[in-house]
Amino acid sequence: MAALALKDKLSERALYRSRSAIMFLFVLVLTAVLAVRMFQLQVLEHEAYQTRSEQNRIQVQPLAPRRGLIFDRHGELLADNRAIYNLSLVKERVPDLQQTIEALSALVEVDESDVEEFETRLKRRRRPFEAVMLRSMLSDEERAVLAVNRNRLPGVEITPQTVRHYPYGELFAHAIGSVRRINEDDLRRLDPVRYSASQFMGKRGVEAFYERSLHGDVGYQQVEVDAHGRIRKTIDTDPPAAGQNLSVHLDSHLQIAASAALGLRRGAIVALDPRSGGVLALVSNPSYDPNLFVTGISAAEYGALTSARDTPLFNRAVNGQYAPGSTFKPVVGLAALSHRLVAWDEQIEDRGSFKLANQDRIYRDWSWQKNNSGGQGMVDLNRAIYRSSNVYFYHLGTRLHIDQLVGFASQFGFGQQLALDIADSSAGLLPNPVWKRGAKGEVWYPGDNVNMSIGQGDLLVTPLQLASYAATIANRGRVVRPRLLLSSDAPLVEHDPPPPRPPVEGPSPDDWERIVDAMEDVVHRGNKGFRQNGTAWAYIGRDISYRMAGKSGTAQVVEIKQGEEYDEEELDEYNRKHAWFIAFAPADKPMIALAVLVENGGGGSSVAAPVARQVMDAYLLPKLAVSQVSTGDAL
Amino acid sequence: MPRAGALPSSAQPRGLIPDPILTALIAVVMAYGLVVLYSAISADPAVFRAQLVRLGLGVLVMLVLANLHPRIYLRWAPLVYLGGTALLVAVLLMGVNVKGSTRWLDLPLLPRFQPSEVMKLAVPMAVAWYLHDRPLPPTLKDVVVCLAIIGVPAGLIVLQPDLGTGILVAAAGALVMMLGGLRWRLIGITGVLLAAAAPVLWQGLQDYQRQRILTLFDPESDPLGAGWNIIQSTTAIGSGGVSGKGLFQGTQSHLEFLPEAQTDFIIAVIGEELGLVGICTLLVLYVMIVGRGLYTAATSPRTFDRLLSGALTLTFFVYVFVNVGMVSGLLPVVGVPLPLISYGGTSALTLLAGFGIVMSVYKHREW
Repeated sequence: MAALALKDKLSERALYRSRSAIMFLFVLVLTAVLAVRMFQLQVLEHEAYQTRSEQNRIQVQPLAPRRGLIFDRHGELLADNRAIYNLSLVKERVPDLQQTIEALSALVEVDESDVEEFETRLKRRRRPFEAVMLRSMLSDEERAVLAVNRNRLPGVEITPQTVRHYPYGELFAHAIGSVRRINEDDLRRLDPVRYSASQFMGKRGVEAFYERSLHGDVGYQQVEVDAHGRIRKTIDTDPPAAGQNLSVHLDSHLQIAASAALGLRRGAIVALDPRSGGVLALVSNPSYDPNLFVTGISAAEYGALTSARDTPLFNRAVNGQYAPGSTFKPVVGLAALSHRLVAWDEQIEDRGSFKLANQDRIYRDWSWQKNNSGGQGMVDLNRAIYRSSNVYFYHLGTRLHIDQLVGFASQFGFGQQLALDIADSSAGLLPNPVWKRGAKGEVWYPGDNVNMSIGQGDLLVTPLQLASYAATIANRGRVVRPRLLLSSDAPLVEHDPPPPRPPVEGPSPDDWERIVDAMEDVVHRGNKGFRQNGTAWAYIGRDISYRMAGKSGTAQVVEIKQGEEYDEEELDEYNRKHAWFIAFAPADKPMIALAVLVENGGGGSSVAAPVARQVMDAYLLPKLAVSQVSTGDAL
Repeated sequence: MPRAGALPSSAQPRGLIPDPILTALIAVVMAYGLVVLYSAISADPAVFRAQLVRLGLGVLVMLVLANLHPRIYLRWAPLVYLGGTALLVAVLLMGVNVKGSTRWLDLPLLPRFQPSEVMKLAVPMAVAWYLHDRPLPPTLKDVVVCLAIIGVPAGLIVLQPDLGTGILVAAAGALVMMLGGLRWRLIGITGVLLAAAAPVLWQGLQDYQRQRILTLFDPESDPLGAGWNIIQSTTAIGSGGVSGKGLFQGTQSHLEFLPEAQTDFIIAVIGEELGLVGICTLLVLYVMIVGRGLYTAATSPRTFDRLLSGALTLTFFVYVFVNVGMVSGLLPVVGVPLPLISYGGTSALTLLAGFGIVMSVYKHREW
């Protein structure tokens, strides 16, 4: 038994040892499997995992460049950058979104539209752990309140942001324009690399035209982030290049004066330095606060701006197109002189109305009355300007071939875009027979010449064009392109000026001087008796201390029926006449030329001329006082 | 002249440390683990101290068990097994629910513990106890009884639900049968049956368990969800390369991309910071421990001692394989810590207790 038991024990031990050996072999094989797997991961596929690990931890973040500043001619800041603080949420770290938003609205002002816009932003594509803005522009108190409650609001962050700021608010909105949020359409056009850190781009005015220079170049930083998106350290930085600072010709003092002169009336003022074409003031009323587009504008506010009847977003100064009315008369006179169709001493009788041969239609003078007592009597060109005789120019209109008139007028830039750097300015319309057949399907009638000779009909101009026309007369025929840019730290990429305009050909130097004299008479000829004074004298000429040349204009908005009188009281406000006044001064050595438009304002001399005088005074009186003092010293 | 197979009396181990070689190997692995853990927890002194205390406690338990005679384990095996099974029933009835499964028991006067952990030792003990005085290889009847001994506690653990631990407990029992000479034919039939039952087993799995298995085959299908762990762990290991990024230099772990870096996924920290060299060193140490344990078992005169110490040693290796396989993307993610390295007390305590039994067998190999 003992032997058997021993034998059993021995065979059992042998069995165990063989099993144990097999199991150990198994252990070795499985260990080898693990080792091979590790070899695969760490040697064969090492590079792929290496890349993966780097992509995990290293993020390249674009850094927004600082936008270039915009200064006026005196170094006054017109567009600035400032830091604001936004309230943002990191959804992944917020335990209960609804509850957190409720808690936040108890602490700071968060209204329904904020929440709505937040939810829209939340749906957009974003990186995990990217903060999403709930409210912008936190006040200092709100930031303090949030800081105190920080611990019980996980996932709530206060994020700083540098944004555009327009210290003058709505004053320069139409001149400087504004930056606005980059939308999906913009993204399709823009260089995605250059704009990778930008949320805004210039969309109007100087901000739009000089966008490339103002924007600057994007920078990058390589940061190490953890799995929760938190930046642990910065590995490398390629700093952004700030945008160019610009100075513009605008004179903020003059801009303020011009805006004040227009007051609450709808209209526009463009003032140029005729020597350089520099835009000294560019006002379009009503205006809007461009900062609204930076800090966020609610759909309701935006809707109110776009649907308002007085269209505050519309830039009347460069996009408003109106009939120039009588301000066009000097062009017609100069054209007729150039083509030797009239002489300075030729007199034409003005009885208040005009008829084309073989036609019944009566073309009226502005002084026409039902009882035929109107008219200016015998008028030569000088008198036709300062009295603004329609009948005189009707005659010239019939003498001029339309191609002669259009060819001459286009030298002033009518129907064209003359400006060097004014974004999206309109070209107006200088009609001719070809255009009329194409656009209206009608032939050119002699009556079209008649209408055009007093700046009516299809002719359309912008306030900017009329200002540059005034500057051309001030320069005695030398044409300057209106421009905003005065200087920049370095040459700008946008600065690729078109060739200079040739001077206006045709009028002799004497013609220019006599036209200027006639326009001076518009302002200064006074105390001469009934129908002998300049049309604007009574309104601005009595007490003026410098020589101003000007021309009024009154543009019809609706046609007055044959035989009826224009009765302002009966017309809807928006159907009343537009008041124009163009002027430059000092007449012999002009420093400023301008155009004033008061929409539906009525008479040019009575309504627009005083505005022009106010702007001129604001610009010239301080300068003339200084030069008088210095002249006095010299004596 | 001593009898065949007996050791010379001069070689008979004496003193508190019966097997200095195994003890030294374990100490080296634990030291290695502490260094890596120190990095994985970003040198948090409180966490590090807690781990030191746990390991110290584990070593103490190991040395105490090492100095008990194996016959004590033989005598107590049925009682430990029955008591453990009763506790498993208690867990199902009154256990503490953590994250959807009931694994913990909160008894008065005792720290909260997992009875399933006890069964990792109790099940192989019970199977070895049942087989030790029966003819080997076991008869079909004995096999059925053994399967029952294994199946009841394993089933209770799966019900918690804790599939991973259930399988590991079952594996420990099965390894005893394997070492006891279970016929290859039966092993083959079992394999075929399991394969045939696979679709049924699949249906029995919880959704998250199925997801884990699917993730194994295509981690990219849900990179931020189910696939996250495995993508980040293979990235950590793979980016380590041959020599690693250097201790404390691992970006995957220190930037928190790697989940569970100090517990179940700590091998990825080793792979990332110490590279292929670091991992292979550890694997060699593990194989040496397994070899030493199997040697102890093979040279032991008593069947119970052999079966138990051999099975415990192989179970240790199963943990190693399952953990490293899971972290490197070979096996589905189951909650198995890396033996002697991962942060956590329970697993270290059980493993060191197991080695205590192995050392006790080594010490008492006299015929």
